[in-house]
Amino acid sequence: MTYTQLAVVGVAVMVLIDLYVARTRLVTRKGFWVPYAIIVFFQLLTNGVLTGLSIVTYSGDAIVGSSTPMDGPPAFIGDGRLMFAPVEDLLFGFSLILLSIMMWVVLGRRGIQRDPMAGPPRWRDRKARSQAGPAT
Amino acid sequence: MKLAYLGVLVFVLLASGWLEIVLRTRVYARWRRLGLTLLLPVAVFVVWDLYAIAAGHWDFDPDQTTGVLLGTLPLEELLFFIVVPIAAILSVEAVRSVKGWSLGDEAPIPHHDRSPS
Repeated sequence: MTYTQLAVVGVAVMVLIDLYVARTRLVTRKGFWVPYAIIVFFQLLTNGVLTGLSIVTYSGDAIVGSSTPMDGPPAFIGDGRLMFAPVEDLLFGFSLILLSIMMWVVLGRRGIQRDPMAGPPRWRDRKARSQAGPAT
Repeated sequence: MKLAYLGVLVFVLLASGWLEIVLRTRVYARWRRLGLTLLLPVAVFVVWDLYAIAAGHWDFDPDQTTGVLLGTLPLEELLFFIVVPIAAILSVEAVRSVKGWSLGDEAPIPHHDRSPS
């Protein structure tokens, strides 16, 4: 199979597991999508370095776009690429992240180190103290 | 530079790691849950990576990677599948720390009466 085919199948499998096997239903939660928006920004940044500097190169036979050229960076945008990286990488990254967060949530749901829960942010410490009453 | 790919991974660790301290994500603090979480993603994506390398989907510049190989898999790729999920979980818990949105792994019974210890 090509990278394009695998990437599409990967996303479909992970979403089906999320909805019907693990039943974590992360794809229905803003607690997943808002962090994902942050993650995908950093993915475009770091993957842009990996692909723009040709640290990782791709075969045109496996992706929608053409092969990473031997003598310079690939297209920044267009030719099946976004910020130098093949668009397939967005699907690959989504599958990796959805599976990872799914496993984290599945283990927490089973009570494996559910506590201590996250938070509060340190900047709320002062407010929390003042709400608890004046220091004596 | 042989350390280019490793440098990107260090950036990901630093760019996400501060969340553990400032937002109290408690992801590294729950290292046992974190370690168990990583097992399946690492296994699945290492297999995918090995297949993609064998099928010629992608390749790595020997001048920009350490050259340490686990079979045909560059060390950096294995580390990628550890570092990136950790950064993703830190992001999820950072947003939860600020917003308090449910992810479905909260305690089944609300502990309204639990006094802070």
